[in-house]
Amino acid sequence: MKKQFIYILLGFLFIGNLSAQQTPAPKQKEAFSIEGATAHLGNGTVIENSLIMFSNGKLDFVGSANSRIARKGTIINGKGKHVYPGFIAANTSLGLAEIDAVRATRDFDEVGGYLPHIRSIIAYNAESKVVETMRPNGVLMAQITPRGGTISGTSSIVQFDAWNWEDAAMVFDDAIHINWPSSFSRGRWWLGEDAGLKPNKTYPEAVDKIVNYIKDAKNYLAGDRTPKNLPFEAMEKLLNGKQKLFVHASGEKPITDVINIFKKLNINNLVLVHAEGADKVADLIKDNNVSVIVNRAHRLPNSEDEDYDLPYRTAKILTDKGIVVGLGMEGDMERMSTRNLPFYAGTYAAYGLGKEEALKLITSNTAKILGIDNQVGTLEVGKDATLFISEGDALDMRTNIISQAFIQGRKISLETHQTKLWKRYSNKYQN
Amino acid sequence: MKKIVLLFLFCVSISFSQEYFPTNTGVKTIQNTTVAFTNATIYVTPTSKINKGTLLIKDGKVVNVGKNVTIPKEAKIVDVKGKYIYPSFIDVYSSFGIAPVKRSPGGDRGPQYDANRKGYYWNDHIRPETDPLTSFSFDAKKAKELIDAGFGVVNSHLEDGIMQGNGILVALNSDATNAYRVLEQKTTNHLSFSKSNASGQSYPTSRMGAMALIRQAYMDADWYGKGNSKNSDLSLEAINKNKDLPQIFNAGDAINALRADKVGDEFGIQYTILGGGDEFERIQDIKKTNATFIIPIDFRKAYDVSDKFLAEVISLHDMRKWNQEPSNPAMLAKNNVNFALTTHKLKSVKDFSKNLQKAIQYGLDKTKALEALTTTPASILNNTKIGNLSTGSYANFLITSGDIFDDKTTVHENWVQGSKNIINDMTIPSLEGTYMVSVNGNSYELTISGEGDKQKGEVKLGDKKLKSTFSFKDGWIQLAINDNGKFIRLVGTVVNDLNGVKGTGTDHYGNDITWNASKQVKKSDDKKSKKKSDDKTPEVVAVTYPNIGFGNTTKPVQQTILIKNTTVWTSENKQVLTGTDVLIKDGKISKIGKNLSARSAKVIDGTGKYLTAGIIDEHSHIATSAVNESGHNSTAEVTIEDVVDPDDINIYRNIAGGVTSIQILHGSANPIGGRSAIIKLKWGENAENMIYDNSPKFIKFALGENVKQSNWGDRQTIRFPQTRMGVEQVFIDYFQRAKEYDAKKKSGQPYRKDIELETLVEIINKERFITCHSYIQSEINMLMKVAEQFDFNVNTFTHILEGYKLADKMKKHGVGGSTFADWWAYKYEVNDAIPYNAAIMHNQGVTVAINSDDAEMSRRLNQEAAKTIKYGGLTEQEAWETVTINPAKLLHLDNRTGSIKEGKDADVVLWSDNPLSIYSKAEKTIIDGAIYFDIEKDIEKRKAIKAEKAKLVEMMLQEKIGGAPTQAPSKKQKKLFHCDTE
Repeated sequence: MKKQFIYILLGFLFIGNLSAQQTPAPKQKEAFSIEGATAHLGNGTVIENSLIMFSNGKLDFVGSANSRIARKGTIINGKGKHVYPGFIAANTSLGLAEIDAVRATRDFDEVGGYLPHIRSIIAYNAESKVVETMRPNGVLMAQITPRGGTISGTSSIVQFDAWNWEDAAMVFDDAIHINWPSSFSRGRWWLGEDAGLKPNKTYPEAVDKIVNYIKDAKNYLAGDRTPKNLPFEAMEKLLNGKQKLFVHASGEKPITDVINIFKKLNINNLVLVHAEGADKVADLIKDNNVSVIVNRAHRLPNSEDEDYDLPYRTAKILTDKGIVVGLGMEGDMERMSTRNLPFYAGTYAAYGLGKEEALKLITSNTAKILGIDNQVGTLEVGKDATLFISEGDALDMRTNIISQAFIQGRKISLETHQTKLWKRYSNKYQN
Repeated sequence: MKKIVLLFLFCVSISFSQEYFPTNTGVKTIQNTTVAFTNATIYVTPTSKINKGTLLIKDGKVVNVGKNVTIPKEAKIVDVKGKYIYPSFIDVYSSFGIAPVKRSPGGDRGPQYDANRKGYYWNDHIRPETDPLTSFSFDAKKAKELIDAGFGVVNSHLEDGIMQGNGILVALNSDATNAYRVLEQKTTNHLSFSKSNASGQSYPTSRMGAMALIRQAYMDADWYGKGNSKNSDLSLEAINKNKDLPQIFNAGDAINALRADKVGDEFGIQYTILGGGDEFERIQDIKKTNATFIIPIDFRKAYDVSDKFLAEVISLHDMRKWNQEPSNPAMLAKNNVNFALTTHKLKSVKDFSKNLQKAIQYGLDKTKALEALTTTPASILNNTKIGNLSTGSYANFLITSGDIFDDKTTVHENWVQGSKNIINDMTIPSLEGTYMVSVNGNSYELTISGEGDKQKGEVKLGDKKLKSTFSFKDGWIQLAINDNGKFIRLVGTVVNDLNGVKGTGTDHYGNDITWNASKQVKKSDDKKSKKKSDDKTPEVVAVTYPNIGFGNTTKPVQQTILIKNTTVWTSENKQVLTGTDVLIKDGKISKIGKNLSARSAKVIDGTGKYLTAGIIDEHSHIATSAVNESGHNSTAEVTIEDVVDPDDINIYRNIAGGVTSIQILHGSANPIGGRSAIIKLKWGENAENMIYDNSPKFIKFALGENVKQSNWGDRQTIRFPQTRMGVEQVFIDYFQRAKEYDAKKKSGQPYRKDIELETLVEIINKERFITCHSYIQSEINMLMKVAEQFDFNVNTFTHILEGYKLADKMKKHGVGGSTFADWWAYKYEVNDAIPYNAAIMHNQGVTVAINSDDAEMSRRLNQEAAKTIKYGGLTEQEAWETVTINPAKLLHLDNRTGSIKEGKDADVVLWSDNPLSIYSKAEKTIIDGAIYFDIEKDIEKRKAIKAEKAKLVEMMLQEKIGGAPTQAPSKKQKKLFHCDTE
């Protein structure tokens, strides 16, 4: 029986190598020059007929193809095509679960309310089949974020071409995430209460608890630290200004509270996530240099009376107020939907933001917000050669057809479990 | 039992001693007291008034009434000069004296599929045999509340279950025995859509299941009545026995009233419907039911909008309802809807009079109001002896100080079955007015207000209010005044024809004193002007269709529309026409060509824009109040058509995304699901007008994890099937039984009509088509084989995420595929779901549609269609067809809609850009030639919502500042459905 099983297994391996993952590419050895493409730098600039050259994983040249400069290495003809910096997905639990309905595969929500010591990176599955599907759409990096509780834990930033989480990590433990309490609560319908939204009576208490937790951590860290308190230890980087704090909050009042309270607590590396209703307190947000990770555009309005297209316009509204805006993924089916990141930006583009400004939401702005803008986020000399070539406008699903992609100069495979099945069954019908 | 009651009625006296009962407490006395009320204004009925009339009562009945009534010598005469007499009110919808059934605690048990009871119907929620008389217990406290509110008789029943049993008619006579005050033992028969608390039996889990269950129970009762059943069934017997009683349905709101009425119409039953107070929102539809309504008047309190953040969560709909609800009775009356009023749903019966006043203030005619409390409920109950004061009727009447609906009027007495209840003693004079009190050389001002023994007094010295106590009882005034810490205590009696008071007292030092008070002349000007402003009908904001934000003030109508010089994607043979005109007339696409003209047409410049057929979503769950009936593994008897919700804002959001038609599918909770509703998104219309005429018949089937309840938790492991193997057998079993059923039916033998099997027979006979929720190739193949075994075809596989693995077999079978563009990884069975699925199936010749199954995705299906270009390389026109003509084909609607072709329904969308582009917006969405969405009108609607909300917030703040009670704000939650939503 066992033998038989092994034979079957071997058979599978020979037939199609079906279960194999995208194999990480070796380090960039030869240089590449992409010539003639329209380059979208990610900072608002577009270079028609561009020349982009990179070697040793870094961009050497970004400019016009009319430049009289020697082309390096393999020349890729980019005529009629578009080059973009690799897209970055903020606030996603990608790689922390494989199949939503299968509990055994879910690793994004730990037990407990205050978990700054919980680290997403060690559970990040670099070989996830879901992660694999990101690259063919131009999504090449992400901030892997845990969920649940009040302090969910610590996120890390990864790139998608790696053998394991350690190799994937671009920044370990970049930020701590707090789910700010809502100023509303829902009735417990299962106890016969009206299911409608009601003022949350425990809001002040819940806020107080967070404030005290942080104060306690400060006091602990200032003392002799015995006995060791793991959660408080995990707050040290944040309190020293070496880590960011992502506060997931929505509504005029909670957002105002978040900004004022953390200012008082001397935590200045603040990023707001979701931040619905932020337009009403935009000045406060801007004056305090806080950036915002907005939700995906493809969501329903929050209430019956809201404009049908308000979810499509939030990025435009906040950008117009002078706030640095990135795009996050948290929500329904967030892991598999992360590959649609470019299309959320596309919808924001359609509803007022314009293409290049919308592109920033998933490139330079997100890089800034995550603190990796010295490394990625734009096509600029000296930055990682993490980029891709698309047949057309990558923010539009009609034309987001990726022919080649590079992460840190490595030419990566765009094959996935899904493309393999596509080919396998297309072949079936050809015979 | 009934005979005994009748006997009592003839023999009893006021003291209720029975003539044949022995007496051991003295000599036997039987009183036959006759009472004559003279000089009253008497309303015999709301429309028949006698001035200065006499009402003569004896033995709890009216003996005579009129202007010239001969008063027998033995009669006690009560002169009620200046008073009014009305029939006491009737509450036809009550649960007075009947304890509610408590919900049996569910505990940790799994689901219950079978009934608790034996000898009754198979479903525990059908309880027509319930007779509340067996548990009736007169509730004197509650009776007093009702008597105080003017009620004399209530029709009471046990509010529990879908079929609830009969009602009993009870006079609120606290002095009598049940035998005397229970006027009728079987008055009405009651139904609702809610399950019984007495049983945890799962079925039905949904509104549509409840509707199907009622239908099946009626059919079974009919069959049972014809003697076809082998066993006896007490429930079915009761249905038949109660058939001729007035049938009262607790619908609870306007939309459900229409649903209940529809079920009734199918069986020739006109229900009397308990409404919800929101009938004004759909008044024309309500009128068309021809039903008599029972209307609660539990008007909501204003929301407390003093906290701006909280105020923002209240929907315009809720704000409007606060403003509009009090006008509901007036609206019903104006539209000639027959209705009775009820105390049902009121938190406190005490609010009844106040709310009734409010309804009148909002325009309810007083005669109609009185009818709604007397003659209309009496006619609902087919009882001529209540609700009027004609000779022979029950002596149930009110004595009031004036017109009963005037807010200055006091209700003095409420007589029930000739038994007196004093509410505000009319023998106690009213001292209302201002008096100058002279005591010890000081003059105090005493102002007395109120009626009967509840009169209040206030004392002032000059302009300064003094603390004091005041009472007026048994003709004595007791007054204590705190004058700067020095008390003066006074008692006195009324003298001088109510114009003065005289008495004695004790001062601060204990000295005896005397005092007197004289009434001051009223300043009447103030009152008059105040009254005037009160009489003004308050402002009621306009109802829209539907009555929520973005509703239409007037329903869109068909127009002649000429769209000029545009690019037309026809969805006909991948044809694209540039610089083309399209003429729409009488709801159809009338002409396609160049340089068209049409007189009086609305011309739309389509330059630079794109015109396409409207998007059709083959798999939607918006616009419905229910999705799954999960109580059985087969529920072919239920239909989404029963529960279409025309008020869902997602309809508007969908037309804003260019969607014109959708199939609302049953969910995937069971292998054989319910029937579909296929509708056009005519925003503002009612459910019936949205559903396609001669709609193609569809039913949802389902396979895989959902039907085997894999992800429902560990308790849900007892329902068959739990494996894919079992799923096949469910299908074979049901189709086999359907076949046998059909054969029996056709043979002419008597058969038990079964809605579920009738539906399955339609499938076998190719009259109804299956859309089957499916994922894995094995089960897809299985269902095709089962269908072939019964000689029919599966019409559509929906989701069909592994369709690409057996596209050749699908093509051969002739089934279409309606799939997601790129969903996967949400459960185990979608592991091999690939976004190339649509393209592979399409390339094999399968008719492929891209669908949503999601309220968010459906409003941008054009983008989802575009993904088929990215994944698998379809051309733009092929991609576009996956959301227009292809779903039309799958729904058998391709001869009516789905493409731009002369003669087809004018369901078209004008786009700002290439329709597949992410940058494209639907600018105009036209359905049957009427413009339902217009991007410019949308901007106006946004402004209107803002302005109306601001106005209503101000009105509510006004209420709060004016001291009216308010309620905490809350946000309306709309439930969003997917396939697996319970």
